[in-house]
Amino acid sequence: MSQYAALLLAIPLLAAFAMPLTGLIGKRIRNSWAIIAMLATVTAALLLVWEVLTQGTIVYAFGAFDSAQAIPFDSGGVPIRILFVIDAMSAFMILTAAIMMFAATLYSISSESEQTGQDGYYALLFLLMAGIFGMVSTGDLFNFFVFLEINSLAGAALAAYRIKGGVAVEGGLKYAFISTVAGLFFLIAVGMLYGQYNSLNIAYIASVIDFTGLSLVAVVLMIVSLAMKSGSVPMHFWTPDTYSSAPSSITALLIVSSMASLYAIFRIAFSLFGLTMNVVTIGWVIIILGILSMFIGVSMALPQKDVKRLMAYHSVSQIGYMLVGLGVGVAVLGDAQMLAQFGVVAMEGGIFHIINYALYKGLLFLIAGAVIYRCGTANLNDLGGLGHSMKWTMGFFIIAALAIAGIPPFNGFASKLMIYESVFIFNPFIAVIAMVVSIMTLASFVKVFHSMFMGPKLPQYETVKEVPMPMLIGMGLLAVLIILFGLFPDLVVNTLVEPAALALLDRSGYIASVMGGI
Amino acid sequence: MIEQIPYLAVILIAGIGIATILLKKNLIKMIMGLAIIEGAANLFLIILGYREGGIAPIFTNAPGGEMVLPTVQAMTLTNIVIGFATTALLLAFAIIIYRKYGSVETNNIRRLRE
Repeated sequence: MSQYAALLLAIPLLAAFAMPLTGLIGKRIRNSWAIIAMLATVTAALLLVWEVLTQGTIVYAFGAFDSAQAIPFDSGGVPIRILFVIDAMSAFMILTAAIMMFAATLYSISSESEQTGQDGYYALLFLLMAGIFGMVSTGDLFNFFVFLEINSLAGAALAAYRIKGGVAVEGGLKYAFISTVAGLFFLIAVGMLYGQYNSLNIAYIASVIDFTGLSLVAVVLMIVSLAMKSGSVPMHFWTPDTYSSAPSSITALLIVSSMASLYAIFRIAFSLFGLTMNVVTIGWVIIILGILSMFIGVSMALPQKDVKRLMAYHSVSQIGYMLVGLGVGVAVLGDAQMLAQFGVVAMEGGIFHIINYALYKGLLFLIAGAVIYRCGTANLNDLGGLGHSMKWTMGFFIIAALAIAGIPPFNGFASKLMIYESVFIFNPFIAVIAMVVSIMTLASFVKVFHSMFMGPKLPQYETVKEVPMPMLIGMGLLAVLIILFGLFPDLVVNTLVEPAALALLDRSGYIASVMGGI
Repeated sequence: MIEQIPYLAVILIAGIGIATILLKKNLIKMIMGLAIIEGAANLFLIILGYREGGIAPIFTNAPGGEMVLPTVQAMTLTNIVIGFATTALLLAFAIIIYRKYGSVETNNIRRLRE
């Protein structure tokens, strides 16, 4: 049994708790430690993803010599150890998180270099990543709750880290409140399932589930709480506040943690409950949440003046696309013919959009951070003429803005096209809304581009120059990936996205990977 | 019927907590509401594992008979620790907000919107 799954948690946790110690020795040592630990985590993540893609689902049992002991022989067929179940969907999320972690940590080295309290900053950053990696790889409901809380605590503390006269704390407070309430509801739902099935293991519960009224309450509580945490309508009000007041590199990581919550919605809908629940109703609930998120998010974004607030509203609207794509998959789960005709493609589009969204939205927030780093303001009315001095940043912005608007040949187009095509067959009305939202997104980013980078050089920004190299590398990596994913979508879909969609659909395969085909 | 009373208490306590969060404008009271919901979650987990006349789940020299469920107790302990961390963090936020804004009333905490 390879140890990458354990290392994926062990390295960030060790790095986090050793960070204040290395900070005592010196600033350079601490920064090198952060980079080394980040590279080690990313390497472990990539090796784990490679292993999953070549060998199939990996079950890692903590405290056992090999995964065959996931179910001890004297436990009566009940998995009692803490298990990590990493299938292609988890691997996909781990890859997304690893890419964003690489870019955001590298970016932080420069963007935070003149701030105080960096030891705590990097410690919390690694805790946040440990929480995300745990959420997407665990196979145990209570374990998921613990990682959710680690992730929320670290995220809230980081969002409020630069107090900024209290406004950042306001954002952090909202995030902490929402995630704690969401976490507690999730815990109550976990308790309801435990009371019925006497286990916390997702695969075991899935193998014995018998959908009762109490399970319905549990599934509703879980979906509502995770939707709250992922920032979809109607609980989206914290996203603009938190995303805009957090440091930019942290916003990029908060996006990944909201993706991890989204992943959990689909893990629960597909792997835990599957066809035992009323898939059409639950699917439509998810689709309607998606449509509302899309539309409300983009219409709130249009009038914003603060560039990070504007981008935050767009992230509400982008989450709608993933909810619609995967919601269509849930809704047609019971109908094999419709599933094969367009359901799988809709799900692939939704899953592909997760990584695309993380890439371009992360890049956009990093660009906003770069502009704030040099100019000290995020107000679109005050900015202007930056295209003369920040050429690379402007180039990256063009790439990211075209990608979010779904213009070929960038990655946003590839995944949105898959969603449009498949959802159009399901219900043309939804596809039309999705396209209108895309056009409104483009309009809004044209405005941002014009007011930030175009126009004559402004006197107050005479001394502004390009951001330092580590920030450019972090942003550049994301920009290159956006272009590559846009140019070769088939390659990505075939190697990463399709296995992930099939892994979600293959409920019995997920159960068998833990229960050994019982 | 008598077995249902703890569950009704859970619903009642959680309801009080939610109402506190939604209706109160004072940040400290809202944090208290959160702690009340957490108490409801803990109580819910504990009563899930309760067995009438059960003994503590320690197998060494156990006299036999029914035992209460240990897993939920471990979950409750974990949740108490997590709850401690969240409450501490939220109260720290409240302190900073009070220092910067001079108030913990949510009506006055609106600088972000401007």
